[in-house]
Amino acid sequence: MYRYDTLDREILADRSAEFREQVGRRLAGDLTEDQFKPLRLMNGLYLQLHAYMLRVAIPYGSLNSTQLRKLAWLSKTYDKGYGHFTTRQNLQLHWIKLADTPDILDHLASVDMHAIQTSGNCIRNVTADPYAGATAEEIDDPRIWAEAMRQWSTLHPEFSFLPRKFKIAITAAPKDRTAAKVHDIGLAVKRARDGAMGFEVMVGGGMGRTPYVGSTIREFLPANRLFSYLEAILRVYNRHGRRDNIYKARIKILVAALGAEEFARQVEAEWDKVGTDADLPDLEIARIRGAFAGGAFETLPPRSEAFEAAKASQLAFARFVRNNVKPHKKPGYAIVEISLKGIGETPGDATAEQMDVVADLAERFGQDDIRVTHEQNLVLPHIRLDDLPAVHAALAAVGLGTPNIGLVSDIIACPGLDYCALANARAISVAQHIAERFADADRAENVGELKVKISGCINACGHHHVGHIGILGVDKKGEEYYQLTLGGSGAEDAAVGQALGPALPYERVAEAVDTLVEVYLRERKDGERFLDTFRRTGVAPFKEAVYADVH
Amino acid sequence: MPTYIKRADGKLAVAEDAFTAVADDQDIAPGDVIVSLTRFEAEGDRLLAEGRQVGVRVESSEDVEALAYDLPRIAVVALAFPKFRDGRAYTSAALLRERYGYKGEVRAVGDVLREQAGFMVRTGFDAFEPADGATVEDLERAIHRYRHVYQRSADRRAPAFAEREV
Ligand code: SF4
Repeated sequence: MYRYDTLDREILADRSAEFREQVGRRLAGDLTEDQFKPLRLMNGLYLQLHAYMLRVAIPYGSLNSTQLRKLAWLSKTYDKGYGHFTTRQNLQLHWIKLADTPDILDHLASVDMHAIQTSGNCIRNVTADPYAGATAEEIDDPRIWAEAMRQWSTLHPEFSFLPRKFKIAITAAPKDRTAAKVHDIGLAVKRARDGAMGFEVMVGGGMGRTPYVGSTIREFLPANRLFSYLEAILRVYNRHGRRDNIYKARIKILVAALGAEEFARQVEAEWDKVGTDADLPDLEIARIRGAFAGGAFETLPPRSEAFEAAKASQLAFARFVRNNVKPHKKPGYAIVEISLKGIGETPGDATAEQMDVVADLAERFGQDDIRVTHEQNLVLPHIRLDDLPAVHAALAAVGLGTPNIGLVSDIIACPGLDYCALANARAISVAQHIAERFADADRAENVGELKVKISGCINACGHHHVGHIGILGVDKKGEEYYQLTLGGSGAEDAAVGQALGPALPYERVAEAVDTLVEVYLRERKDGERFLDTFRRTGVAPFKEAVYADVH
Repeated sequence: MPTYIKRADGKLAVAEDAFTAVADDQDIAPGDVIVSLTRFEAEGDRLLAEGRQVGVRVESSEDVEALAYDLPRIAVVALAFPKFRDGRAYTSAALLRERYGYKGEVRAVGDVLREQAGFMVRTGFDAFEPADGATVEDLERAIHRYRHVYQRSADRRAPAFAEREV
């Protein structure tokens, strides 16, 4: 985990002081809500259906136990005792009082946290692989680059009033856990033939009303030229992105309008002029690398008797291991995913007690390291196999033992009509109904990897376009209806889902998902995931089954 | 004479504005004037030949590159913020200072709010016509809000990574 130095801390303290002053002006009546709105939105404070919502940044989804405990404490003290982890690896507190926000920011700053740029038309929290530093697949630790980008983008003088929000993702592994191809910029760490490190640069991916998979505009950008290249991209976007229509203002629209080739040409022309002045010195990258307190791994045998014994004797543990435990780069260690998708729960929600337990486990067994995934789960990246039974037992005791990572009940859902002023329809309860239908763990495991993603409106915060099954809430004469899409993916095989057919009423959604799964089970050939089968058969058999009774 | 806020030697002060902003449908006023880019392109040579100082107002949709060859003759470039949310003028200012080495006044006009002053100074603005009644003190506070900055910018302020090296 990156260790803040005095400078990093002073910047946070100054930000907190600034916001305290702005809230003071608002509470004193010196600012109207209209005048205050842009200021609070610079600090992740939204006015929602029932209360203020504060979005706390969790840079590249990385936390230590002190920070997670602080989030737990804040949720108990200023909210209703729980928080909501989002698809942007952030945490939202949904029931905040305006007058409390300056104190909350001070508390966050005391543990090197903040809410800077979690809203507004600026560069948002950088998404990174939640398995960074733990997976053997990675070429480099993407957190180093993500932290460098965090610093570079924080209060950027030229790029804080972009046409629209701007999201960057970085992955260093072939298996993409960041949805890089549906970000404004996706970076994939690559090695050239001579061993030099660099990035493949993808631009213009995104969701919302007009989903796009990003286009590669540079196959290999030398690592030390990253920041000048980012500056060139952002400059072209800042100048030429549309500002007349908020739905056409994301960079994806500019890239689509110009064509990826022409966009790339403009970026390269600007990059030539920017030159190396805008690059970060190698020394600073080395400093950041050094400031990531390196996990001290023990030399362990690859096989743990305690682990094997528990697996053989406890069904629940064995199931948890099959679904939630992933291989680690070091022998004798594992990556543990903690599902925040308990059956019947709100996807992404965690109570203060649960956060405290995870923090304790990270401190005691996990090198004080916790990650948040864009699929709204948590990760303990470095757990010894020997300790896995104890970790599982402690998680299960607070309802965090759900063995469903990547399965049909591991659903992404936006807050929807329960919280969000823009929603057409509920998303959370749809997720709950689907999860309940697949509560039988054997059946869910038999179905295998299946990503269901639900958005309460076309803004697509629930990433429905890239769900293997996507569900979008629409409004039909004041009634909640749902448009289903199939075959989307946000991973390395990214694609936008394809519509299944006419929208379905609320009561029919979970049943329709069930039907889709049955078709898949009938059609699948050996080893195929739902997505693979769909891509082979096309929409026809699925469509026929779901709308059968309509004919 | 109307006033605006001008930064000189790192300090802000209220200054008298010798320039008259002339809209495209108005007659050219006597004395120093700020005209639109279009008008400058048509009438700039003549105005300059009359021995007055000339400034150019560049809208956020216009490219400062159009002024590249004229910059040494231009006393003021007024960059317009039609709305505070329109951030194109920050890029325009940065280009004027960094790419073209422009030494004249870069003035923020339009929807200029105190909260933006820090970003403006960093990208090279040195003159302000605040739309929110901000005083010199308000702007100073906004400009000096942060003890450190993370990026290099037109103001040449040492970024955090340079401070760390010392
Ligand atoms: S997708 Fe729509 S309903 Fe869901 S959180 Fe985003 S804006 Fe709100």
